[in-house]
Amino acid sequence: MSNNEQPKAVLLLEDGTVFHGNAAGKIGTAIGEICFNTGMTGYQEIFTDPSYFGQLLVMTNAHIGNYGIKSTETESESIKIAGLICKNYNIDYSRDQADQSIQDYFEGEGLVGISAVDTRAIVRHIRHKGAMNAIISSEETDIKKLKAKLAKAPSMEGLELASKVSTKEPYFLGEESATYRVAVLDFGVKRNILRNLTNRDCYLKVFPARTSFEEIKAWEPHAYFLSNGPGDPGAMDYASDTVKTILETDKPVFGICLGHQILAKSVGIPTYKMHHGHRGINHPVINLVTGKSEITSQNHGFGVSPDAIEAASDIVEITHRNLNDDTIEGIKVLNKPAFSVQYHPEASPGPHDSNYLFDNFLDLIKAHQ
Amino acid sequence: MAKDQSIKSVLIIGSGPIIIGQACEFDYSGTQAAKSLREEGIEVSLINSNPATIMTDPVTADHIYLLPLTPESIVQILEERQIDAVLPTMGGQTGLNLTIEAGKLGIWEKYNVKLIGVDLDAIEITENREAFRQLMVDKGLGVAPSFIANSFLEGKEAAQKIGFPLVIRPSYTLGGTGGAFVHKAEEFDAALRRGLEMSPTHEVLVEQAVLGWKEFELELLRDSADNVVIICTVENLDPMGIHTGDSITVAPAMTLSDTAYQEMRDQAILAMRSLGNFAGGCNIQFSQNPVTEELIVIEINPRVSRSSALASKATGYPIAKIAAKLALGYRLDELKNQITKTTSAYFEPTLDYVIVKMPRWNFSKFHGADHTLGLQMKSVGEVMGIGRSFQEALQKACQSLEDNRMGLGADKKEWIKTADILERLETASDDRIFRLKDALRLGVPTRTIHKLTKIDPWFIKEIKKLVKMEEELMRYNVAEDIPKDFFVKLKQAGYSDGQIAWTLRIDEEEVTKVRKKLEVRRSYKLVDTCAAEFEAQTPYYYSTFDTENESDSTDNKKVIVLGAGPNRIGQGIEFDYCCVHGLLAAKEVGYESIMINCNPETVSTDFDMADKLYFEPVFWEHLEEIIEHEKPEGVIVQLGGQTALKLAETLHAKGIKIIGTDFKSMDLAEDRGAFSDLLKELDIPYPQYGVANDADEAIAIANRVTYPVLVRPSYVLGGQSMRIVINDDELERHVLSIYKHMPDNKVLVDQFLDRAKEAEIDAICDGDEVHVMGIMEHIEPAGVHSGDSSAVLPTYSLSVEAVTKMVEYTEKLAKALKIKGLINIQFAIKDDKVYVIEANPRASRTTPFIAKAYKVPYLNIATKVMLGTHKLKDFDIKPQPSGYAIKVPVFSFNKFPNVDKNLGPEMRSTGEAIRFIKDLSDPFFRELDSQRSMYLAR
Repeated sequence: MSNNEQPKAVLLLEDGTVFHGNAAGKIGTAIGEICFNTGMTGYQEIFTDPSYFGQLLVMTNAHIGNYGIKSTETESESIKIAGLICKNYNIDYSRDQADQSIQDYFEGEGLVGISAVDTRAIVRHIRHKGAMNAIISSEETDIKKLKAKLAKAPSMEGLELASKVSTKEPYFLGEESATYRVAVLDFGVKRNILRNLTNRDCYLKVFPARTSFEEIKAWEPHAYFLSNGPGDPGAMDYASDTVKTILETDKPVFGICLGHQILAKSVGIPTYKMHHGHRGINHPVINLVTGKSEITSQNHGFGVSPDAIEAASDIVEITHRNLNDDTIEGIKVLNKPAFSVQYHPEASPGPHDSNYLFDNFLDLIKAHQ
Repeated sequence: MAKDQSIKSVLIIGSGPIIIGQACEFDYSGTQAAKSLREEGIEVSLINSNPATIMTDPVTADHIYLLPLTPESIVQILEERQIDAVLPTMGGQTGLNLTIEAGKLGIWEKYNVKLIGVDLDAIEITENREAFRQLMVDKGLGVAPSFIANSFLEGKEAAQKIGFPLVIRPSYTLGGTGGAFVHKAEEFDAALRRGLEMSPTHEVLVEQAVLGWKEFELELLRDSADNVVIICTVENLDPMGIHTGDSITVAPAMTLSDTAYQEMRDQAILAMRSLGNFAGGCNIQFSQNPVTEELIVIEINPRVSRSSALASKATGYPIAKIAAKLALGYRLDELKNQITKTTSAYFEPTLDYVIVKMPRWNFSKFHGADHTLGLQMKSVGEVMGIGRSFQEALQKACQSLEDNRMGLGADKKEWIKTADILERLETASDDRIFRLKDALRLGVPTRTIHKLTKIDPWFIKEIKKLVKMEEELMRYNVAEDIPKDFFVKLKQAGYSDGQIAWTLRIDEEEVTKVRKKLEVRRSYKLVDTCAAEFEAQTPYYYSTFDTENESDSTDNKKVIVLGAGPNRIGQGIEFDYCCVHGLLAAKEVGYESIMINCNPETVSTDFDMADKLYFEPVFWEHLEEIIEHEKPEGVIVQLGGQTALKLAETLHAKGIKIIGTDFKSMDLAEDRGAFSDLLKELDIPYPQYGVANDADEAIAIANRVTYPVLVRPSYVLGGQSMRIVINDDELERHVLSIYKHMPDNKVLVDQFLDRAKEAEIDAICDGDEVHVMGIMEHIEPAGVHSGDSSAVLPTYSLSVEAVTKMVEYTEKLAKALKIKGLINIQFAIKDDKVYVIEANPRASRTTPFIAKAYKVPYLNIATKVMLGTHKLKDFDIKPQPSGYAIKVPVFSFNKFPNVDKNLGPEMRSTGEAIRFIKDLSDPFFRELDSQRSMYLAR
């Protein structure tokens, strides 16, 4: 394809910054909050992670699409990001086990993207100015029109998105004969979390985000799992109220990412919108209990308030901290079998260093039989 | 566990002379380690026999021992000094071997010295092929089916069980020495014999060849709490079967999915944890089946290595520096990221660019050497290209090689015969990547190329895109016709203006002019370990063509130091030493010092040496863009060997100031005719000579100056293609061979001063005064390249008259050439008459040697003189000679089984050692002296 035939695309940020590039994926327009992920592998897992719902994702790795798409390496049934922004978009790929190219995948799923832009400049921009909304278009290049369209997009802060990606109906997963029954509150759960539980002798019932406590309790679970997911936890009182009731049962609870924030909220600790979040697979976390550290997979734009948590030392204990910026990475509710982490021990993508947390959860379940 | 407070004094062991497989990357690691330990208030002692290193400089360590790397030397140090611990992992295989040897002799125990950063049992396991294989099997990690053999018979039995192709891997050897891929039964006997011979324990592993599998390398760091992080993942473009040192490698990995990568990461961590519990660096090589993605562990090096030096430069994460701190007991989470200075050292760097490492070979120096690449490393140096895409990084690496290439092809060096090309694809040699592109250009399908080379199709397709771009480019007639968008695309793919010009058959100047008019200019991006997630404090830049430039140019007074590019025979680590001192001296006198170099093994490309580092090809177009961006007061070309000096002409033509000696004087010294006229004018004798344009003219000159004569092409490095010939027939043959390889060159024919003595002087001149740094007499006679000669400082047999003459000629010449800075002059002395053979208006191979032997910071002084901030009289220079110092050349002939050690006017040695002797009765000197003429050939 000659250069001149390549369809163009434009990226416009809320603050008026414009980047010109080439169209990637479907020709169209996409709006969302712009964020960046620094992982060098795992683009497919990231695209399908429901926590990215509503976000325009900048991948900082120089090449994207290089090893193609393999149908089984997805974290949900469809692409969840709102749009992709990358440097080199590789339609040509190489991996024996791959089924299709990134372009075919995006066209099939209707995803809009932009490539050949200075992704590093965009990341630096977000680092300085913070997360903001943005629009990508490969069909409309009139900046004024795009601005008008972008102005109508809601801010991520205060946005409840979990119920949009959560399952509509409860479903079961794993072997019914498994020893333990774990109720999963689905705020946008990743497949590999469920796999980690079913692989550990758990039978799962996955509930929609807004399921009432009574309905969940009726299944008589041995433990509760609070999943990851998109959006502002501040707008999810329904969930933290449910968890508050769950805690009263004294059954084991484990939360990941959004689930971690919900657990914190349920014991009265507020969350806040971070400047530009943590997204990548190289974030260092120290386990304050063992003194060992782990490289973690992360994806969050909100965090648990450190001040509030330190003031509440009679209610929760900080178990994990980020070695880069000291943010709260894990908590344990005192006198309750409940703990949670801000990062992703299920990895996918990312390192498996934190997989032990699932074992810890199981130990807790066994101890509370 | 935190820092071990009982350690107050540490000994670092260096790697000795540069040989193939063990080069200046260990100067980089040793220097970093020393710096890192001194930051902790630790007294650092250092042993290394290599005088051309920065690590053995007083700026690096507290106590320096320029001694042979032997247990005796270790005892000497331990007798003299209280040493609490030894850090042996920074000195490559040599450092480890010495540590093991000293350990076996009970030396460490006797002097109560702790071994840090290392586990000798772990090393033993990784070196012992069978023990290693067994350990991997026990841990559930994949290995190729294999059998151990200690005899010819066992080897043959193993081959029978495994079948061909197979691999022979000798135990306990460095850089794959003696290793081989054996494709056919007929080749097996010779390969097995060589393998058994090369192994010090006469043991080889006969292993099934996993031909066509992909190869990856991981660099790991582990701390005392058993925390492990992966610093870098490198993918070898060349598949299994080619030594990683001879492979083109790419980071990050380009064809690894997250699932495949995490599997590799898990296995790597498991493997490292299975090897004792030392704190430090480790390199693990994997082979991956491209279909099933099954992994095999190939090799583990539980120490810093060439790969960790590359990984440090590729990611910005200084592995050796951190490894040294870990050896002291620090945990990774207690240390800071050295680039951001605010985030944790416990993390895994992420890249938003691509690096391509390319090896630099020097086969022309080893006549008769087999160019085929295999398990044994043959390259002498390497370069790294950084770009925002694989294509850009690859082409920048090609531009860095200094092989007269302007990028990956499109530069009139292409081959056009498909049959020849296909053969080269199947049998890998030094030019395979260029032939791969040629093949694509001639329409050979990707899958055929993949079948022949086993190179992953992704890389082939990326190169094919280059071919397509060139086809598109050819539609234009002149530079003005190229649309801006397409121009940007070409530049983003790494094309130099020279390649665009060649493709259109127009002038390069034209292309550059149009490019600048279109404002297609380089922007500079930071290597920051974290893909811009955090603010970085370290000024380590590379160029690309993108919208945002991150390198702000200051209004400070600044100077650029040009590096020497890849190591090769005749130009190596000594120039890295010179550049580092140049940077430090310029800083001392208030300049912002800017380094430009592309050799990842060097100390000069360490991000905390210069005020600003541009990791860029030492290639005119890149250089010009940096100069135009930074607007320095001038450029220092005297410290980067012939590479930097060669650029003086262009700098001069463009009106850019050359610091120190000006271009005209440099040119005068290089121009044989003009230089001889000058010598004549100064009444300095020189060998008779003539310049010939063809064989007839050469023969006429030879008969005039009388045989034997020295024949060489003009303008080459390290005496390339230089020969001594004794009659017309030989002369004719050699002249024809020169013209075959270098058709545009002239041939110089010199009278050869048979059985003459050779000597050389290094001096500094400030325009008024000349200071002779040292006078060296070569043990070997004239005819052996000065780089291959043992040089004795000071002279030991020359008459006082001869020495006086040499000094007199040096002063005359330095003044006549208006030298401001360094000069090296080579002499021949026959029948007590002194002849000047040549003069080099730059730092020479021996400058660091003299600085070390006399303990005088000569390069610091020379740089300040060049800059004009100081005169020689401002320094109180007090050399501290002790007996004689000998610079002993070291060769790597054992890497080339078919090449004999014979010496001549063409340099062959890869490194050097320094040896101090009290007097001439020293047995080491007497041995060298007795063999002085033995290897002289031509």
